[in-house]
Amino acid sequence: MSKEPVAVVGIGQTRHAAARRDVSLAGLVREAARRALRDAELTWAGIDAVVIGKAPDFFEGVMMPELYLADALGAVGKPMLRVHTAGSVGGSTALVAANLVAARVHGTVLTLAFEKQSESNAMWGLSLPIPFQQPLLAGAGGFFAPHIRAYMRRSGAPETVGALVAYKDRRNALKNPYAHLHEHDITLDRVMASPMLWDPVRYSETCPSSDGACAMILTDRAGAARAPHPPAWMLGGAMRSEPTLFAGKDFVSPQAGRDCAADVYRQAGITDPRREIDGAEIYVPFSWYEPMWLENLGFAGEGEGWKLTEAGVTELDGDLPVNMSGGVLSTNPIGASGMIRFAEAALQVRGQAGEHQVDGARRVLGHAYGGGSQFFSMWLVGDRPPDS
Amino acid sequence: MTSAPRDREIAVVAFAQTDHRRTSDEFSEVEMLMPVLHEVLHATGLKTADIDFTCSGSSDYLAGRAFSFTLALDGVGAWPPISESHVEMDGAWALYEAWTKLLTGDADTALVYAYGKSSPGSVRDVLTRQLDPYYVAPLWPDSVALAALQAQALIDAGDTDEPALAAIASRNRAAATGNPHAQLRGPVPQGDHLVQPLRTGDCPPIGDGAAAVILAAGDRARELCARPAWIRGIDHRIEAHGLGVRDLTDSPSTRLAAERAGAFERPVDTAELHAPFTAQEVVLRKALRLGEDVDVNPSGGALAANPVMAAGLIRIGEAAARIHRGASDRALAHATSGPCLQQNLVAVLEGEPR
Repeated sequence: MSKEPVAVVGIGQTRHAAARRDVSLAGLVREAARRALRDAELTWAGIDAVVIGKAPDFFEGVMMPELYLADALGAVGKPMLRVHTAGSVGGSTALVAANLVAARVHGTVLTLAFEKQSESNAMWGLSLPIPFQQPLLAGAGGFFAPHIRAYMRRSGAPETVGALVAYKDRRNALKNPYAHLHEHDITLDRVMASPMLWDPVRYSETCPSSDGACAMILTDRAGAARAPHPPAWMLGGAMRSEPTLFAGKDFVSPQAGRDCAADVYRQAGITDPRREIDGAEIYVPFSWYEPMWLENLGFAGEGEGWKLTEAGVTELDGDLPVNMSGGVLSTNPIGASGMIRFAEAALQVRGQAGEHQVDGARRVLGHAYGGGSQFFSMWLVGDRPPDS
Repeated sequence: MTSAPRDREIAVVAFAQTDHRRTSDEFSEVEMLMPVLHEVLHATGLKTADIDFTCSGSSDYLAGRAFSFTLALDGVGAWPPISESHVEMDGAWALYEAWTKLLTGDADTALVYAYGKSSPGSVRDVLTRQLDPYYVAPLWPDSVALAALQAQALIDAGDTDEPALAAIASRNRAAATGNPHAQLRGPVPQGDHLVQPLRTGDCPPIGDGAAAVILAAGDRARELCARPAWIRGIDHRIEAHGLGVRDLTDSPSTRLAAERAGAFERPVDTAELHAPFTAQEVVLRKALRLGEDVDVNPSGGALAANPVMAAGLIRIGEAAARIHRGASDRALAHATSGPCLQQNLVAVLEGEPR
């Protein structure tokens, strides 16, 4: 049983903003999809199936929006799947689409993820009511702040590390025309002087709420041969889940994340991720998750992740650039955020990342997570097909 | 393309469902789901840790809370961590995702489950939130009213009439007498018009339920099941959302999915159709070219039990179970989603020749 190699031949994303009042939901997704089609020099007729993701439906108040969006995404007469795996959904959606190609069920698949958060209030959308969860969990920050505290205590990281990440990501975003936040006057002092929201997470160490969509066109070897621009090749991809709450769960470095990364590296033949991977787009909605995930993903030993951040290793010109696009900290349409990570990884190995391009990026990791750090999806893409 | 021969055979090897009930106030969704998960695992002798891939289908809107599926995952017992995914669709589409995963060779076994509780709210109102949010949803046209439009279009076209619809209801519910899980069975009064031309008898019961299936590839399937239900083809297609641009008396998406799934290559002996409304069976029979010799909905179909988000997966499970017990050699299963059969999935299942 051999799998078909999967290539990314089209990438498109919208202009992201706090509120895209100029477009409907259909208009928003179409903006990203059409850019991806243009990149691949394909028309809607060249797409065999559509796989979309977003999370959750309550953010826009539309139940199962794939039904309404079928027309806008050229899916009429085609198969259309809708994935929902909480915050990891953008990544999972791409992986489900990739499996359609890898299984040789379809030759060319459009995959797209979106969120129009201005249609709702994410803070309260994520504050789940009792009796389902403990009360006073104000938004995602309220859930994650204690785990960040645990990381700081466990690793002995100095309190400035979070601010360094935010300062870096917001500067990277200045080089990305699609990023939501373009803070031209950003300084490290401004980050550290910003209000404390959920101790130790400050306002400037927190992701925004964005409207936006991201689309990719995935295809088989024959499709890649017809592509006008160099494809990115999927070298490995995996999803892992673990329960939300149980006594044995390590919220600082969940086992599901470690297992997921190990599976991706095994598929891609990576034995030393720190040396063999040229950059990583990691799902960092709160700045401290950069050092935490560096450890979880095997780029640093336990308790050592913050040292990479502090030493500038993760800067755009560092030895292992992280979140070259500006990351989730600069652009966060929740359902799309994971796919933007995957797409940025592909842009990098295609050499198409513009001002935030990492020179000579050949293998780049895209990462997403969701729920209470329980759902993980990742892929590693390269500039060469997997068997070369 | 989907009907092309493949070098990897995949089968449904186990199926379980709850007794479907009008209310289940005393159970959480997880509590409702757990027994069917245990039942399919027990039937195959597999444990959670033995399953290579897990995929579920459900809807936050039915549950009334965001990320509702995360708690169901806790019930699966995802420790050590599992390879898992979820579609915000009927579980039939979760099965489709699992089928593609098995085709890649990355997994040999998959657990697929789906659940839905319609009882806590008004499902007719809830389903209006599926509609175009700008122009249609604000008018709150409910699911029965939309189905009635379709039924009236069929009557106007001369494809059916009210007595014929009553006969469909009667036949399905008579068949359901043999289904211990069904919510409505035996003689059920056709009742008054709910939304003309549909009477209460033309409409599905509102209920809560869950279902689970285990898929396995090749020899693994033969080890786990005496007579696996091989998936010979599976395909799904979506149509335009706007009812005004569709011919409601026809279902081109069902026809195309059936063609791609290989349904027309040889006759089937059984068809499990996800037709929550009697008139929809008329549309589907025509699109699928089902003759009078085909045993349609021996389970009673969605008119006997319609747990939203699980009812489509149950059609595949019922068709597979008939093959498992030797009552069918080649069966068709159908699932639908969206107003007036907007999206349709067709699977063709076969048992080994006897």
